[in-house]
Amino acid sequence: MTTSTPPTALTAARTTGGLNATYLRLELRRLVRNRRTVIFSLVMPPVFFLIFGMNSEYKTEDAGNGNVTAWILVSMALYGALLTATAGGASVSVERAQGWTRQLRLTPLRPAVYVATKLAAAMTLGAVSVAVTMLVGLVTGGASMPFTAWVSCALIAWAGSIVFAAFGLFMGYLLPAENVMQILGPVLALLSFAGGLFVPLGDNWFADVAKATPTYGLAELTRAPLGDGFSWVAVVNVVAWAAVFSLGAAWRYRKDTARV
Amino acid sequence: MHTTTTATVPGALPRTPALALRGLHKTFGSPSATVRAVDGLDLTIMPGEVVAFLGPNGAGKTTTIDMVLGLAEPSAGTVQVFGQSPADAIAAGRVAAVMQTGGLLRDITVAETVELTAALFGRKDAKPHPFLERAGIADIAGRMVGKCSGGQQQRLRFAMALVSEPDLLLLDEPTTGMDVEGRRDFWASIREDAARGRTVVFATHYLEEADAYADRIVLVAHGRVVADGSAAEIKKLASGRTVTAAFPDATHLGAAADAVRALPGVEQVDTRGLRLVVRGADSDAVARYLLTGTSAHDLEVTAENLEEAFVALTGDGPHASAASHQTAPALDGADR
Repeated sequence: MTTSTPPTALTAARTTGGLNATYLRLELRRLVRNRRTVIFSLVMPPVFFLIFGMNSEYKTEDAGNGNVTAWILVSMALYGALLTATAGGASVSVERAQGWTRQLRLTPLRPAVYVATKLAAAMTLGAVSVAVTMLVGLVTGGASMPFTAWVSCALIAWAGSIVFAAFGLFMGYLLPAENVMQILGPVLALLSFAGGLFVPLGDNWFADVAKATPTYGLAELTRAPLGDGFSWVAVVNVVAWAAVFSLGAAWRYRKDTARV
Repeated sequence: MHTTTTATVPGALPRTPALALRGLHKTFGSPSATVRAVDGLDLTIMPGEVVAFLGPNGAGKTTTIDMVLGLAEPSAGTVQVFGQSPADAIAAGRVAAVMQTGGLLRDITVAETVELTAALFGRKDAKPHPFLERAGIADIAGRMVGKCSGGQQQRLRFAMALVSEPDLLLLDEPTTGMDVEGRRDFWASIREDAARGRTVVFATHYLEEADAYADRIVLVAHGRVVADGSAAEIKKLASGRTVTAAFPDATHLGAAADAVRALPGVEQVDTRGLRLVVRGADSDAVARYLLTGTSAHDLEVTAENLEEAFVALTGDGPHASAASHQTAPALDGADR
């Protein structure tokens, strides 16, 4: 064996390991290609709004400083955002089961950056989901609320949904992987009822239990600009669940990457 | 037969080994049931060698590869890849691997997979096409990975491994699930690539695959290297046959055993009750002698398979005697 034709050493490889634009772009392309994702994130929330929110009574009935239609619109926007975020977080475990994360460990990409890329893609799609739903509400003309509420409700719903990205990530690590969203889908629907996203919470035992669920706090905060009123209970709820989910996800993630 | 083959060119300066494994151990499981997957493995592979890591399933091949790649932490011992730790070698793109299964996203195309791999290695400028071409899958660049056959996916893994232009390429049972033709084509691509001077280490349990494509065969069993040498040397180990024959009494048996020991090519002579068991390369000569020169009857000749060769080489008592009794089932076709 002579050394006349040595394989070229790769110098560029030493440079990276951080966020990668190509990877993020590809992740977004995968999300858009996935029919199920498009239906759940971009079609279902506005369609639900059109079905449940456009009742003519709701358009005239006041709710805080908007109407009931606006209240439902914001709820549906949040529903889309948290569904998208949860699915994004959970997809990490699916890819782990497929051996993709193991393959990535044969590249300079750091595991934490991989998770960050997945979450960034999910949050980007979540932003589109919220925007589409709000836009449908705007175009169809039924929803009425102050301009600041249009903007701040959308922003809070979107930003707050990161809690559910952590939820999806954590659950993905805990549950048997291949189709974790088939379990989480119904769970999210139930949680959405608890958050009063589909029907307002009445004044019964369910409402009391619901106050402890992770959707409740986020839903309250999202609707706060509508004049539902800002409550510390909601803030505590969101912060506590954010802590539980992200610490849980971090714990499982550490265990997983240390497993080696 | 020796345990450390080095491909040093006379007069050349000593080079850093492509791979240096020292006293490698890996144990799994709870304290009550410990599995020693790798059990004191030593191996040195020099740059430019094409080495087959040959052994039965469960010999510790995959575990060893995982440790070389930094996917598993050794329980004891050290791994050095071109003098570096596995993690550093991975980050520097000096080592790449074609894994047995998994590791692909099904909902992106073949070209996108390679493009992404290139980007992760910081080679944004690198076009996927040349790598696809080298792996022989340029014609399916636009196909979704999930729609590719097992062989095509394996070639895709190979293309991904080429992206970082690794100095050391590891392949873990790369042709599992491929048909004969696919297997031949795949190896042609690997061989062509290795001709450029890349160090290639592949795990396999096919003797003919190791024989055809490796310059050197490292035989592993029970997590240890049990033999190391050229393909011809290893093949000789596995080409032996066992002749057994019954004798009317112990005196005749004893005399025959002594006589057989002197025959050329006889490696091992045992007695089991009134049966004589002779292992060796020239079974014809042994059989001819026993039937014409002694009172032997009920003579049987069984071909030795690789597993028996492995067992004989590891030389650990209970396994050895248990396995040499039976006509062990073929080792996934390893001896066919």
